[in-house]
Amino acid sequence: MSISSTFHKWGSPRWFYQFSGRLLPWLAMISLVLLVGGAVWGLAFVPADYKQGNSFRIIYIHVPASAVAMGAYMTMAIAGAIHLIWRMKLAAMVMKAIAPIGAALTFLALLTGAVWGKPTWGTWWVWDARITSVLILFFLYLGIIALHQAFENRDAAAKACAVLAIVGAVNIPIIYWSVEWWYSLHQPASISFTGQSTIHPSMLRPLMATLSGMYLFFGWVLLLFVRAEILDREKNTRWVQDLVCGESR
Amino acid sequence: MYFDSVGDLLRMSGHGSYVWFCYGATVFVLVTLVVVARRRRKQAELQIRAIVRRKNATSATTK
Repeated sequence: MSISSTFHKWGSPRWFYQFSGRLLPWLAMISLVLLVGGAVWGLAFVPADYKQGNSFRIIYIHVPASAVAMGAYMTMAIAGAIHLIWRMKLAAMVMKAIAPIGAALTFLALLTGAVWGKPTWGTWWVWDARITSVLILFFLYLGIIALHQAFENRDAAAKACAVLAIVGAVNIPIIYWSVEWWYSLHQPASISFTGQSTIHPSMLRPLMATLSGMYLFFGWVLLLFVRAEILDREKNTRWVQDLVCGESR
Repeated sequence: MYFDSVGDLLRMSGHGSYVWFCYGATVFVLVTLVVVARRRRKQAELQIRAIVRRKNATSATTK
């Protein structure tokens, strides 16, 4: 298949709707098994941290929520770029669908971080570089949601949101390296893909489960949002009307 | 299990309230996301049904 026909197929909301329908049950099932399994494993079976005690068990949701919140933003910025360059409608729908999911996950990262900070650092909040840059990520997501609602015209809204998403992407490497550049309270990354991880394998395995579970959960919910958006935008087309009301109407 | 009893698992030597609050909040946020997505779909379906009903009504009167 040529590149242009692949691109054309992926740009078709109808094709995407049918294709994603087949993925949904698998994504839902695997993500829930990984999330629940990893959480039970991390809560009840992993030994306590020698320094932090049992509060470290928050890692099994804090790290997945934070990582996926950042990954989601990059996906949103890339979707925005694709929409700006090739005017792909589906990319605009993906961009719009990611904003509320990313905002929810960033909120979760901030909340669990604050609750973890209290027993560990003795404070709920500190204006440390990592925490502040994640708060900015939260505001970027809210900004994209607000910007979408501010426009009457759908195309103008998508264009403005794409620009904001792309410009805001500069924050992602800042979040990532903030713990190295401005070393303060937040600990640096424990997982390394290039060198030795500084987390014990027994603690790492459940984290890998909840981390991959959270990525798949994001994929699942993203598809749910995009499919609802496709139905809404294509409500005047024959295939959507046949799909919802049945062929024989 | 790492803990000696269910009571120990819930208390987590004093950290229980922090840890369990975080897991509860996570369940709440994730479930809310799924509920909101489903609700958007339901709203779109309602609108589509209304459009089709209107279309059928006009085609019936013009026949």
